[in-house]
Amino acid sequence: MKPDLRRTPLYSRHCGVGAILSAFGGWEMPIQYEGIIAEHAWCRKSSALFDICHMGEFIFEGDPEDDGMEGIFTFSVKSIPVGRARYGFLLNDNGGVIDDLIVFRIDVRKFMIVVNAATANNDFKVISSRLNGGVFNDISGETAKLDLQGPLSRDVLADCFGDRISAIPYFRFVKMKICGVDAIVSRTGYTGELGYEIFLPSSTVGTLWEMLLADERVRAAGLGARDLLRLEMGYPLYGSDLDEETTPVEAALENFVDYLKEFPGKKALLEQKKRGIAKKRVAFVVDGRRSPRHDYLISVDGGVVGRVTSGGFSPMLGEGVGMGYVTPGVDTVGAKITISHENIKMEAKTCELPFYRSGSLRT
Amino acid sequence: MSFYFTKDHEWARVEEGRAVIGISRHAADELGDITFVDLPKEGKEVRQSDAIASIESVKAASDIYSPVSGKVIRVNEALEKMPELINENPEEAGWLVRIEMTDPDELQKLMTQAEYAEYLKKS
Repeated sequence: MKPDLRRTPLYSRHCGVGAILSAFGGWEMPIQYEGIIAEHAWCRKSSALFDICHMGEFIFEGDPEDDGMEGIFTFSVKSIPVGRARYGFLLNDNGGVIDDLIVFRIDVRKFMIVVNAATANNDFKVISSRLNGGVFNDISGETAKLDLQGPLSRDVLADCFGDRISAIPYFRFVKMKICGVDAIVSRTGYTGELGYEIFLPSSTVGTLWEMLLADERVRAAGLGARDLLRLEMGYPLYGSDLDEETTPVEAALENFVDYLKEFPGKKALLEQKKRGIAKKRVAFVVDGRRSPRHDYLISVDGGVVGRVTSGGFSPMLGEGVGMGYVTPGVDTVGAKITISHENIKMEAKTCELPFYRSGSLRT
Repeated sequence: MSFYFTKDHEWARVEEGRAVIGISRHAADELGDITFVDLPKEGKEVRQSDAIASIESVKAASDIYSPVSGKVIRVNEALEKMPELINENPEEAGWLVRIEMTDPDELQKLMTQAEYAEYLKKS
């Protein structure tokens, strides 16, 4: 282990069951327990538990408009009703994505911002510099996060903590007691399945982890399975599919940009829309079981048109799937492309997202 | 039955005068779930240490090098639909190819089972 890697409160539990751990976003995280494909399958059919304690959580308390929170992200925060969550971006002045994140409105004057692990420190600085009032704190250290994802997750949580959980709609959350402490249970996730993200104090996360794993419907899953699950949904991964050199216009994620409000980077996005973009995110399915991987070349008729940013073998489709950025014009659905790397070559066809459409996400 | 191992974690064993080739349990575990195997055409001639196949897993794509020289006389077609056979049983059902050896003495340059176990401990 590199000395500068951080560990979650569940580290010794992961080691105790023989998990394979690896560096991710500055943390030493469980990549797999029994096996990536088996954990992926369990999440699609039952309920998988993920240690996501590495992600960052910030709390803002104040008036979203007067204190400047409203003008920071690509989406409006003042219009989020209490008890709901909204996804979007923190951009730089060039429109590049500093991070993708979710804002939860806990109360009229209280918001929780959940960010990626590797970007958390910089996000905190950037957001702080854009605020002109209110109280803004990084609570990542004392806050744990577990994701319970899969079609049986609702039944599991309702059996453990009562029926209140059954009534939470997609992208909404409740504040409630979990294992005797104040927690947030949110109907959000990164897998395409019905699922929940649970935020609670780090000191109690071990108790919850063990309680959920005691249910035979629940098994631990690592970041390897999580990556495959999100890939099948076409969800971008920050650092692979999104970065500061890429805008939401190029990433085909303008659904999460509200042009009716002001935010840093807006001018650059409008300019880009007017002048045209140099690259566009595209999804594709491989003809066969080969895995496209980060940095493989994308070409059309022998000419390189872009690079793969994420890819892998989709167990649900039985084929390789991926996404990447290509010259605009190549991104029409059904276009034939070739993916290559050294002596590896595969034929593929561009397609719409998500790759996998039978998930329990909105059930 | 004697297994011979390479430093790249391939194995060879002799069956009816032919070499059967595969990857070791250690290699299969390191690769993780195997999702695709690209095997050579029957009839292909290879030299010892030539790339003979490629294996893709949920983690990486890896070339497999032939432990012996000779001609590929059979490939394990079951792997096309069930590459997971390599994870389940890398030294039996997960074999890759069968080779008509041109120089069986090459096997003596490889590690025995005991030497390979020692090699794994050191690496």
